[in-house]
Amino acid sequence: MAEKTYLQAISDGLRQEMRRDQRVFVLGEDVGVYGGAFKVTDGFQAEFGHWRVLDMPLSETAIVAGATGAALMGMRPVAEMQFADFVSCAWDHLVTVAAKQHYRAGTPIPIVLRLPSGGGFSGGPFHSQNPESLFAHIPGLKVVCPATPEDAKGLLVTAIEDANPVLFFEHKHLYRRIKGEVPEERYSTPFGKARIHRDGDDIVVITWGAMVYTAAEAAEIVAADDISVEVMDLRTLIPWDREAVLASARRTSKVLVLHEDTRTGGFGAEIAATVAEEAFEYLDGPVKRIAAPDSPVPFSPPLEQAYLPQIDDVVAGLRELAAY
Amino acid sequence: MATGTQIEVVMPQMGVSVSEGTVTKWLKQPGEAIARDEALLEISTDKVDTEIPSPADGIVGDLLVAEGDTVEVGTLLATIVPVGAAGMEPPAPAEPVAAVAEPVTTAVAPEPLATAAAEDAPPASAAPDGAAGNGRTFVSPVVARIAAEHGVDPNTVAGTGTGGRVTKKDILAHIESGAAPAPAPPVPAPTPAAAPAPPVPVPVAAQPAPAPSQPVAPLQVGEVEEPMSAMRRGVMEHMRRSLDTSAHVSSAIEVDMSRIVAAREQLKKEYQASYGVNPTYLAFIAKATVETLQDYKWVNAEIRGEKIVTRPWVNLGIAVSLEDGKGLIVPVIRNAQDLNLLGIARAIADLAARARTKKLLPDDVQGGTFTITNPGGFGTFHGTPIISQPQVGILGTYALVKRPWVVQDELGHDVIAIRPLMNITLTYDHRLVDGAYSGGFLRDLRARLEGWEQVD
Repeated sequence: MAEKTYLQAISDGLRQEMRRDQRVFVLGEDVGVYGGAFKVTDGFQAEFGHWRVLDMPLSETAIVAGATGAALMGMRPVAEMQFADFVSCAWDHLVTVAAKQHYRAGTPIPIVLRLPSGGGFSGGPFHSQNPESLFAHIPGLKVVCPATPEDAKGLLVTAIEDANPVLFFEHKHLYRRIKGEVPEERYSTPFGKARIHRDGDDIVVITWGAMVYTAAEAAEIVAADDISVEVMDLRTLIPWDREAVLASARRTSKVLVLHEDTRTGGFGAEIAATVAEEAFEYLDGPVKRIAAPDSPVPFSPPLEQAYLPQIDDVVAGLRELAAY
Repeated sequence: MATGTQIEVVMPQMGVSVSEGTVTKWLKQPGEAIARDEALLEISTDKVDTEIPSPADGIVGDLLVAEGDTVEVGTLLATIVPVGAAGMEPPAPAEPVAAVAEPVTTAVAPEPLATAAAEDAPPASAAPDGAAGNGRTFVSPVVARIAAEHGVDPNTVAGTGTGGRVTKKDILAHIESGAAPAPAPPVPAPTPAAAPAPPVPVPVAAQPAPAPSQPVAPLQVGEVEEPMSAMRRGVMEHMRRSLDTSAHVSSAIEVDMSRIVAAREQLKKEYQASYGVNPTYLAFIAKATVETLQDYKWVNAEIRGEKIVTRPWVNLGIAVSLEDGKGLIVPVIRNAQDLNLLGIARAIADLAARARTKKLLPDDVQGGTFTITNPGGFGTFHGTPIISQPQVGILGTYALVKRPWVVQDELGHDVIAIRPLMNITLTYDHRLVDGAYSGGFLRDLRARLEGWEQVD
């Protein structure tokens, strides 16, 4: 097995699906000649031609609406938002049309929106957000947040195969920083199955995306104090693996939910509420949340560092829970 | 997820002013299955009688209050063991419900404390330093569950958590060390709400018994005794208090109801056919009364401390008799000034029907500003009703009878005619309402009824 970056894994997975299935095509801003803002589709237009790698005008509305129409006609479009933040322009087509089409008319909308998301590189308020909870709240949409190269490829395959609109959140901070073994052959990773990133018995950290690595490093640090921390990577938020979360909550009796999105109404609130509701009698401490403050993402590097949950924040949270 | 937690059923707050209720009948017994929203018991309060539904599917646990007992709002009445509760058999029927306070005391009684403490390091007497919120007194859900399953008093376990709190690890280590007694039978485990026992059992205050204040005369042969309903006790207290509060004076007036009889005959068929409503004489009188009250604000008033409170609206109480005349309730038509004759007739019919089927809500019987009582249906022609506090007036309507009546013919001569006559009384609180004022009210009311012009 070859070691690949997170970005290469996405690129390979997408190329593999396009070679395999004529219905799969990509569309987005600068995805063609330029190969995409992050070069995920580099070389795609040369291989697949400009009709399967469409450079679109600067209109996310047109991209999502066009993808929705193509899906209605039997295609499997994979649309790229240059930054996840920009999907808000396409809210109406995504939420009002695509998410509800199957419910209203019985017709599937198999579209994938690739959404480069997350902060950590001074991208500022328009290029750093993690808007996954907004879409997790919309019935009819699926929300995927891979953390590893292997999952990024396998979950993208599942997303393209899925009959529903899928929001595929690619964490930009992981693109070239994270490498891992990725199988060459085609495989799919199921939605709704969490992955245990690190074993532990005293506390479970529920997280996803880039925060998986923050949690894992914090867990290493507190391991020196004999605090045993499990790190659970949810992989997908809709659907999410309630059984795995509840099983770990019952086993460890202490739960920390960690995400990079802002705190209020973040998906961590849903997890914490579910644990409180379903595993109450197994808890030995409050369900703790660590998340970004309720503020736009700052440009300034020191401010952004203060804004994003850091390893030290998680260490402090873990120590507090362990001592409770 | 279903757990071993028992669900508590408490005496509900049936309206702002209601502080207690009487358990009139248990509809389920311990060990019986009950569905969510199925009636568990009947209660009776000062305001309404109603059924209390079960909050969940499950098995009825203990019934903690005996039939006939009156308890405060919030008092624990019964427990329901939810369906699928871990390790829960249908509980053995509890002892007959006689001893009300006892289950509470036994649930708290820390019997294993002495023996366990003797074996274990921290003496129980050192325990009560739990002043801090998260200290020893706080037992987390998982510790409470483990303690209940193993019959361990968490207070006897050395705590290493925040403020000396017993953590899950602490109690598991304690049990593994063999310090705990054998697992206790599941059912009498402490309820989750029970705080760790204090070192000395605190006697639980006995339920206040509704003790009669008079010495009770022995029952003579042939006499029959029956319990007094909460409603009867409420009526009793209210009647006495009203007479002690207000200076009751009653004035009567005779009203020629010819036009009302004619209007009613005319409307009856239409109202019945179109609306299913009977335009009763009471509805006409209520309508005329509400209009007259607009001109006599002090009859629709209240003495509140040193102040006289008047208002632009009329919340009209209608006295309704229940249970063959053995009960009385006064539901209220709110904002009666906004209703036309049809609206009032409909409201009276609705309230009376719901009063007799025990469907009144607490708010239906509160906030009245003036009351009408209508004993005339039995043929009585006069009475002196008692004011419903804190109102200052009550109108009585009596039998409609045909009488020879002196009227003037078209030439201005006195002639005797047969007319439908009704006596109407106003009983008023003479502290606020004077004789002239009440006389003016009755005169104007009579004028409205005798000159009735049906407009709608």
